[in-house]
Amino acid sequence: MSNTITIDGKTIPFEDGQTIMEAATTAGIYIPHLCYHPDFTPYGSCKLCTVRVNGRISSSCTFPAKEGQEVLSNTQELNDDRQKLTQMLFVEGNHFCPSCEKTGNCQLQAVAYHLNMLDNHFPLFYPNRKIDASHPDVMIDHNRCIFCTRCVRASQQIDGKDVFAISGGRGIHKHLIVNAQSGLLKDTDLEVTDRAVHSCPTGAILIKRTGYQVPIGERIYDHKQIDQVSLELEQQHGE
Amino acid sequence: MKQFIQDLAETHHYQTTHLLPILRGVQSRYHYIPDQAIEQIAGLLNIARTHIINVVEFYSFFHLSPRGQYELYISDSITDHMLGKQSIINYLSEKLNVGIGEVRQDGAVSLDNTSCTGMCDQGPAGLVNGYALTRLDRPRIDRITDLINQKIPLDEWPREFFQVDDNVIKPGLLLSQPITQGSALQAAYERGLKETLAEIDISGLRGRGGAGYNTAWKWQLCYEGPEEDAFCDIATHNRRPRFVVCNADEGEPGTFKDRVILNSNAHQVFEGMTLCAAVIGAEQGFLYMRGEYLHLYEQLQNVLNERRQAGLLGYNILNKGLNFDIEICLGAGAYICGESSALLESLEGKIGIPRNRPPSAVMRGYLGNPTVVNNVESYLAAASIAVNGGEWFACLGTEKSKGTKILSICGDCSRPGIYEYPFGTSIQTVLDDCGASDVLGIQIGGASGTFISNQEFDRTLAFEDLSTGGAFVVFNNSRNILDIVKNYTHFFAHESCGFCTPCRVGTSLLKKQLDKIVDGHGSAGDVVALEEICQVMKTYSHCGLGKSAANPVLTTLGRYPELYQSKLKKISFEPGFDLDDTLETARRMTKRYDAEAHLDQVEDES
Repeated sequence: MSNTITIDGKTIPFEDGQTIMEAATTAGIYIPHLCYHPDFTPYGSCKLCTVRVNGRISSSCTFPAKEGQEVLSNTQELNDDRQKLTQMLFVEGNHFCPSCEKTGNCQLQAVAYHLNMLDNHFPLFYPNRKIDASHPDVMIDHNRCIFCTRCVRASQQIDGKDVFAISGGRGIHKHLIVNAQSGLLKDTDLEVTDRAVHSCPTGAILIKRTGYQVPIGERIYDHKQIDQVSLELEQQHGE
Repeated sequence: MKQFIQDLAETHHYQTTHLLPILRGVQSRYHYIPDQAIEQIAGLLNIARTHIINVVEFYSFFHLSPRGQYELYISDSITDHMLGKQSIINYLSEKLNVGIGEVRQDGAVSLDNTSCTGMCDQGPAGLVNGYALTRLDRPRIDRITDLINQKIPLDEWPREFFQVDDNVIKPGLLLSQPITQGSALQAAYERGLKETLAEIDISGLRGRGGAGYNTAWKWQLCYEGPEEDAFCDIATHNRRPRFVVCNADEGEPGTFKDRVILNSNAHQVFEGMTLCAAVIGAEQGFLYMRGEYLHLYEQLQNVLNERRQAGLLGYNILNKGLNFDIEICLGAGAYICGESSALLESLEGKIGIPRNRPPSAVMRGYLGNPTVVNNVESYLAAASIAVNGGEWFACLGTEKSKGTKILSICGDCSRPGIYEYPFGTSIQTVLDDCGASDVLGIQIGGASGTFISNQEFDRTLAFEDLSTGGAFVVFNNSRNILDIVKNYTHFFAHESCGFCTPCRVGTSLLKKQLDKIVDGHGSAGDVVALEEICQVMKTYSHCGLGKSAANPVLTTLGRYPELYQSKLKKISFEPGFDLDDTLETARRMTKRYDAEAHLDQVEDES
C-alpha cells in the first residue's frame, strides 16, 4: 500500500485513520498548533493548524489524511494569518509575558515567537477576569485562558474526572468553570498530579510554589524553538 | 421544587438528550435555573453540573439568576428597528419602570433585547414568557403595563396581542396546491419508494435552508450509510438506526416563511418527513423548532396526534410495515443551532457547537447515526413532488435551481409577507409585487446573505446568482446603510458560539472596528483594518456563521466604499475611544456637568 500525501511538496507516508497533523508529526514536520495534543481527542478550535488540502482550508488536527492529498502548510499566506489568529488570542485575554511566571515555558508565547509576532496588532480587550487561588496546590488565572479545552479533555480522558468545562455563554463571554457547587477549584477532586494540571499551553493553570524553580533564561523555549520541542515531545506520544 | 423537578425528569425518562426541554420546564416555572435544580438534575440524569451550567449559559432563554415573573423580550432585528423598535422598548422601560437588561425590583418583570423573533412582517415584536407578541405600539404597551402590574395571568390577556398572521400574499406551485393528507405516502408506495426517490432526483430539489445540497442525493447517502458499513452483511447494515430531522430553527434575521408553513401546512411537512423515513428506513424523526415559535407547539402536537389517528404516523403506517414517529423539540434562543451539526448537538441535549467535518451529518448525525437534516420547505416540496412527480417541479426554475422558492419579504414595502416564485425570477419583479418604491437596496439571505444595491435589480433568485434561505429585506432611500451593517454585525458578535478563534474574537473585533468608523472615530487605515478582520474570519472560521459574519461589511464595502471613507477623520491616527467620554463616570459621580469638566478632543486638521 502506498499511503502517501505531500506536505509543501515533500512526500510523506500515513496510516489509515491518521489525521494530517498526526502524519506530519510522525514524518517530522511541524504544523503550528495550540489546542491540539496527541494524547487527547482533537478539538479543532484554535485554527492555528489550518492548512490547505488540495486548495481547501482545513484544520489539520481533525482532517483525515487521504491518499494523494496535496497539503500546503508552511506558506507565507498561512503563516501570516496564523500570526493574526495568535494576535487575536493575545488581545482577547490579558497576556503580559514579562510579568507571567510561565514565560519561557509557555506555548502561546513560543508559537507567537515562532510566527514572528512582534506586537498585538489588534486593540486589546482588557477583559475583567478573575483568579481562583483557592486550591492548596493549583491556581487558575483566567486572564490567560485561551479556551483550548486541553485541561477539560485531559481531566475527562486521562484522569477519569470531569473537573473543567468551558462555559460562560457564547462568543467572547466564554470562560473556564470548575465542577464544584461553590464554583471554586478547592472543592473539586483535582489533584496536583492530575494530567489536566499539566496540560495548559499558557499560564492559566499554574502549580503553586514552582513558578521560579527554573530561572528565566533556562526554560524550555529560551533556547529552542517550539517546532523542535513540539516534534521531540509529540513524536513520542504520537503513535 | 424537588418534586417538580423529579416529575419533570421522569416525564423525560431521565434522558440527557432531553436536557433542553427539562431546562425549559424549570425556566418557565421559576423564571431561572436555581442552583438546587442544577444539582438535582445533575444527579437524576447522571451528568456533570458543569455540563448543565454550560447549557444554561449558552442559550439566551435560560438564566442562572432570577428573571421577572413576566419575562419580556423585544426583537432587535433591523426590521423591528425600522418599525420603531427603539422607541417601543424605551417606552416599555419607562412605563414598566425597569431598565433594559434588568429585572424590576419587585421581581415582577424583566426586559431585554433578543435576536429577530421572526415576526418581521408584523413588528415591532417581542416575547412574553416565550409567547410571541406582535404589532407592539404605545396603546398596547399601556395595556400590557396594566396587565403586568395587576399580575393578570397570560392566558387572560387579550388574544389579539398574540395574534400571528400568515400574510401569504403570492402563493405559487407549492403553496397554492397543498396535498391532501396521506396522498404523498400513498403515491410513493404505489409508485415504489426507489422510484419516488428517482422522482425527487428528477425534480432537482435542492435544500431550501440556503446551502442547496441535492435532496435526493442526501437521502440516498443516508440510506446507504457510512462507507465502513458497505461491506458488512445486510443485518449489520440495517441495525444502525437512521433519523429524519426537520430544521425549523429559522433564526436568520428577516426570515419567517417556516413559521407560516408550519402554521398552515404542517401536515404536508410531517408527510414529507415520513416519506423520507420510508425511503431511508428511519423510525424516529425530530422537528427542531426555534423557541421563539412556542405559540405553534400545541397545534403542531395536535397535528401529530391527528396523523397518528389517521394511520399516517406511528406503528405500521398505511399498513405498509413502516414504523415512524416524530418528536417536536424546541430551541432556547441560539441562532447557531440553525447550522445542521449544531442543531444535532442541541437535539442531543448539548450546547450548539458545530461539529468537525468530516464526517458529515448524513453519515454521523444524531447520536452518531446516519441522519437526514432538511429544511421545513424541503420536506414540504418533497411531499408535493411525491404526489405530482419530478417533472411537475423541474419544469419551473432554472437549469441549476429547479422549482420554486418561498420568500419572506419585509422592510420598506407596502405588502410584507410570504411570496413564492419560480427560481430565475428577477429582483425587480419581486419588488414590483410587494409594493416597494424608492429602493436603496436589498438584503437577501438575511444577515449572512448579500446586500445588493439598486443598480442590480435585474439579478435573479437562484443558487447560481442570489441564493437565499428565504429572507428578503427591502430598504428605501431613507435608510442608512451603515446602521443596517452595524445591526447585523452586532447580531453576529452576540450569536457567535465562541468555539473557534477567528469567529469568537473576530466578531467582537469587527463590531468594535465598525463602531469606531461609524461613530466617527476612524482615520486613515481603519477601513483597511476592517477588511483585514473580515478576511481572517471568512477564511478560517469553523462554520458558516463565522465565514459569513463579515458579509454585511464586505458586501456593502464593495458597493459603497465612499460611504465608509466619508466617515473617516482626516488625521492620520485617531484613538478608538472618545477621551472626553471616558470622563463621564467621573462627571456623574461629582455631579459636574459644566464646560470645565469636559475635554477638547484632538482638533481636526481641516
